[in-house]
Parts: sequence; structure tokens; C-alpha cells
Amino acid sequence: MINGTSSIAPLEEPQEQLRILIADDNDSDRLILQTIVRKEGHTVYTARDGQEAIDIFRQESPDIVLLDALMPNVDGFEAARTIKQLAGDNLVPIIFLTSLRDATSLADCLAAGGLDFLSKPYNRIILQAKIKAFASMRRLHETVQRQRDEISLHNDRLIHEQEVAKQVFDNIAHPGCIDAPNIKYLLSPMAVFNGDLVLASRKPSGGMFVFLGDFTGHGLPAAIGAMPVSEIFYGMAQKGFSLQDVLREINKKLKRILPVGVFCCACMVDLSFRKRSAEIWVGGLPDVLVYRKNSREVECLPSRHLPLGVVDNDRFKTETTVIPLELGDRIFLWSDGIIEASNDQGEMFGEERVRQVIARTENQDQIFSAIEAAVEKHAGRGEQDDDYTMVEVSMVNEEDVGEYFAERGKSFLAGGPKDWSMTYELRPQTLREFNPLPLITHLLMEVPGLRPHSGKIYTILSELYSNALEHGVLGLKSDLKASADGFARYYMERTQKLSDLYEGAVKFLIDHHPVQDGGVLTIVVEDTGPGFDFQAKESAEHKTEGYSGRGIPLIRTMCRSVRYLPPGNKVEVVFDWHVDV
Amino acid sequence: MAIWSTEASSGELTIKIQGRFDFSAHQEFRDAYEKVSEEPKAYIVDMKETTYLDSSALGMLLLLRDHAGGDNSNIEIINCNPDVKKILTISNFEQLFTIR
Repeated sequence: MINGTSSIAPLEEPQEQLRILIADDNDSDRLILQTIVRKEGHTVYTARDGQEAIDIFRQESPDIVLLDALMPNVDGFEAARTIKQLAGDNLVPIIFLTSLRDATSLADCLAAGGLDFLSKPYNRIILQAKIKAFASMRRLHETVQRQRDEISLHNDRLIHEQEVAKQVFDNIAHPGCIDAPNIKYLLSPMAVFNGDLVLASRKPSGGMFVFLGDFTGHGLPAAIGAMPVSEIFYGMAQKGFSLQDVLREINKKLKRILPVGVFCCACMVDLSFRKRSAEIWVGGLPDVLVYRKNSREVECLPSRHLPLGVVDNDRFKTETTVIPLELGDRIFLWSDGIIEASNDQGEMFGEERVRQVIARTENQDQIFSAIEAAVEKHAGRGEQDDDYTMVEVSMVNEEDVGEYFAERGKSFLAGGPKDWSMTYELRPQTLREFNPLPLITHLLMEVPGLRPHSGKIYTILSELYSNALEHGVLGLKSDLKASADGFARYYMERTQKLSDLYEGAVKFLIDHHPVQDGGVLTIVVEDTGPGFDFQAKESAEHKTEGYSGRGIPLIRTMCRSVRYLPPGNKVEVVFDWHVDV
Repeated sequence: MAIWSTEASSGELTIKIQGRFDFSAHQEFRDAYEKVSEEPKAYIVDMKETTYLDSSALGMLLLLRDHAGGDNSNIEIINCNPDVKKILTISNFEQLFTIR
């Protein structure tokens, strides 16, 4: 009779060896129970009262506790409460042993933390069944707990990995000069993992590039693309490449490395403080808004292009919109997170609401924060893990954004080419397809000590080159740029005439020779145009109204001399430089 | 969200998308054009009952385009509601698909 174990436990499931604590003040009851349980193959600990049960539990942490309800010193109810406390997160099934029969007493057993009760005298079949049931409950609990711990461990590891990855991303996809006083931006701290990217870089010419990208998808796949974009952006911006060059390079790279279906919606702005203009390319992002300070009107520039990384470069288009800007005009860029932020009815924030917020915000400096607040209010959440990305770029005076190069101190002057000259003539095909400025700048930066002056040198080169090309070779009239309409027409004509260019040339003659702690750089730019009446123009002084004519006067402030040579198709600039000691 | 496709005897595969077209449709959308008896000559994506599409849906359309022969593919996207159309327009997908 006592030997009936195998009739209860199915053969294929071997009996689990448990450690069971039995607490009963009645010696004979305890002995009977101990005998039954031991025969099942379990290890038994015995206690004669509640206190002893607690002590043994503390030492041995058994799997199941069989507890007599009524015992001297500490009774079963109190012992149960203490044991449960000691067990903490672990499930230790407590079964009350009781000769009590009334419902209230039995309920008290469960209220004290017992999972079940067993009435005296013991029925061994029921006892075995209960032990078995609670053992499997305990196993289930352990499994859940183990899985919970694994998930939590996994999650901790994931967060740690993300933190490390984020540091790497932050170092590569750093926001550049995003803290410049003319930029406001909103970017979630973990934005890189929702695929949003904001980059800003000063250009050697003194201008500024701003890039907002939004990769499809989330998490690591979205973040991976950010790295090459950022490297290309900063690398090329510093070397003086044009917006078109940078976009083509990014598109080429993304098309090559990203799987089909993953791409980057983007917008890039080339801001020129001197020309008071912005050149803008939008591919796949919501309309860029331009807010005019004086008229308080809002213009919108819709996306005209495919996102980056969708088509090969032979189909990739880089047409841009060039707009004149007054001081205080603002450009707003955003990812679709702002526009698509939904309230609990699923209604999107939408562009119309953006315009309404802009229209009702009196103080122009608060438009940005007003939009942010309105979106958050609409979506009704204040969490940090949202993916609202928004950038405001405003037109300011160049002085207000600070020096391009912060590099200071005596540069490394040993070695490198210091005494040389070169001529470089660009013929029509090259003029049509190639921007020579990065190459020439790169060459000049090989002169030891000259790098801190690259901003000025780039400015000089680009002003001289664009004058030679646009006025000399293409014959464009800068008067056109006096009005906003003409300004746009000027750039359209420039594109048109350049693509139809089959004769003419621009020639650079560059000469550098070293002096004590510095050097003299002479740049002569000559074009094949007819020249112009430079004497009249010089005596009249350049007007600095409208959208043109800031170039040459600016260059004059940077160098020793600017000299036009007859018949006006040749200009010579002499630039003295010294190392700051 | 539900997606089903029908093959016409003329060799056209029509894929209908009902509800939100987003990442959750990934596998179903792929099955719709991969599990066909015959390679279709042309594809029609019917968005009549599509309420919304997100950027991952744009990605899925590009995957379909790639599957259908890339630049040589013949894919029409039809019956778009204004919201859906707007999203396709922002991304300038009319350069890659025929959108009616």
C-alpha cells in the first residue's frame, strides 16, 4: 500500500527529488508524514514549531513547506508569513497541515500565504498528488523567473550595446556646427536608432551646409546608413565640394551599400551668408518651409526628388532651388515624424496645423518652440523616445556665426611644398562638368602653415572663379540679381548657359613663395571674356544692396591687393599670410 | 490589414492592399508577388482600400520593383487616396512607378 508511488507518477516522468520541510508539534503526526514523504524519495527536514521551521527554512531553503497551523511559540500562520518574506521572488509552496475543519480556519490558512491545506489524518494518495502538483507549479514559476531574468539580462545587454554603438555613432555622425547661433534643432537623444540624422558643417567659403536625413526603418539597420552619410558630408564639406557633389556621393554610396527598400529621405541646405541666399535640395521629406521675416509669409518648397539611395547616380537628380534670404528669414526642415504625429484618434498633426502655429505665433523667435509644443500637445505624450526631428536655420550676418577655423597657434612648418607656381586652364568640357575649387584648395593646403587660412583662400578662389566663369565666360549680368525674381532667373540662366558652353576658358595662375614665418600667395584668374570697365566700377564702389556685389569688396579686406588688369578679363590677388606665434 | 493578389490570363498580377500598409505587411506583400504560378508581365498595385502607407511600405514597393526587373519593370499603382498619393508624391515615386 505504502509502495504505490509508481501508480501515481507516470513512468516516463521520473519522480523529482525535492527537499521538503515538515513542521508539526505533534511527534507522531510528524513521523508519519516524514515516513510517507521520505518513501517518495524526497529529502525531509523536520521542525517542531514555527520558529524552528523559520530557522531551518533560512538555512536550507527547502522546495516545499508542510506547516501545521497550530503550533506552540510561533504558529503556522505567522511562520508562513515570515517564510514567504524570506523566499522573496521565489515561489515556495506552503501547504498547511490541519485538523481544523471550519471554513474560516481553512480560509485563514490561505490568507496567511498557504497555497493549499491538507486535512489530518493524512491520505497519502492526496499528499503525493499535492506535492507533485506544487512541485510542477514551482518548476513553472522557476521557468518564468529564469526567462524573466534572461529577458532582463538580454535587455540590459542590448541597452549597453546601444549605448556603446551610440557613442561610436555620435563620434562619426556628430552634429558638427549644429550649435551655431542661427540653428535650432529638435532631435531625440536616441534619434540615430530611429533613423533620423541632422548634420551641419561650415564651409571653407564661410557658408554652411545643413543636412536632415530620415532612413526607412528603425534600430540598427536605420542607424548603419548614418555613418557613411556623415563621413561623406563632413569630409566633402570641409574640402569645399558643392552641395551637388556631396549629394551625388552620398547617393552613390547608399545605393551601393543599402539593401533595396532601405533608403534615406533627405533635405540639404547650402546657406551663403555673403550672398544672402540658400540653395535647397529636397528628396522625400515633407515640404521645406521658408518663413519671411518682414512679410510674415510662408513659402513652401516641396520635395522634387527621390530619396537618397534609391536610384543609381545616372538617374539621380540634383536640381536645386536657390532662394534669396533677408536677415532673419527662417528655413524649416523636418522629418515626417512631426507631420505624422498622431493623436489618440489617429489624426495626424499635418502641415496645415504647422502653418496655423506659425501664423498665430507673434514672436518669431518662438515659432520653433511653439511648433514643438503644439505637436507634443496634439500627440499627447511627453516621452523622450519620440521621433520628432526638426531644424530651423536662419539667415544672419556671417560675423554672428563665428570664425570657420578655430585652429590657432604656430603650425608645423617643416617640409612640404612652399616655393612653387602653377597654371591650370579649364576648357569648356571641364567647366561644364567639374568644380576645380576643391582640387586647388587641396593643393594649397599642402603648403605648411597655410591651412588655418583655408577659409579666406577658398573665399578668394571661389569669388574669382565664379566671376570669371559667370561674367567672363558665360556673359551673365550681375544686375539681374538685384531683385528676387531676377535672382532666380540668374541661376536658371547660369545652368542653361553652362550646359550649352562649347568655347571659352578660365585660367588660374597660382604662385606661392615663403617669407619669414609665412608666405605670399599670388592668384591670377583670367577668362576668355571681353573684360569689363573695371575702373568705372572700382570708382563707383560696389553697392552692397540687393543680392549681389559683396564678393570683391570682401576680398579686398582679406588681402594685400586686388588688381584688375586690362582689358578687365584678368584679376590678380596677392595674399600675405603669417603664422600666429 | 489584408493583402491578396489575382493573376489575370493576360499576364497581369494585381495586388490589393486593404487597410494600413506598413511593416507588418512585409511578409504578406512579398508572398503576394513571389508565390505566383507564372512570372507576371506586369504588376498592378491597387490601393483603393489602402488607408495609409509609411516609409517601410515605400521600401516594399521598391523591393517589388526590383523583383519585377528594376528599371525594366512594369508596375502601376492605382486608386490611391489623397493621403497615400501625397506620400508617394513627396518621395517622387512617380519617377519609378506609373501612378494613376
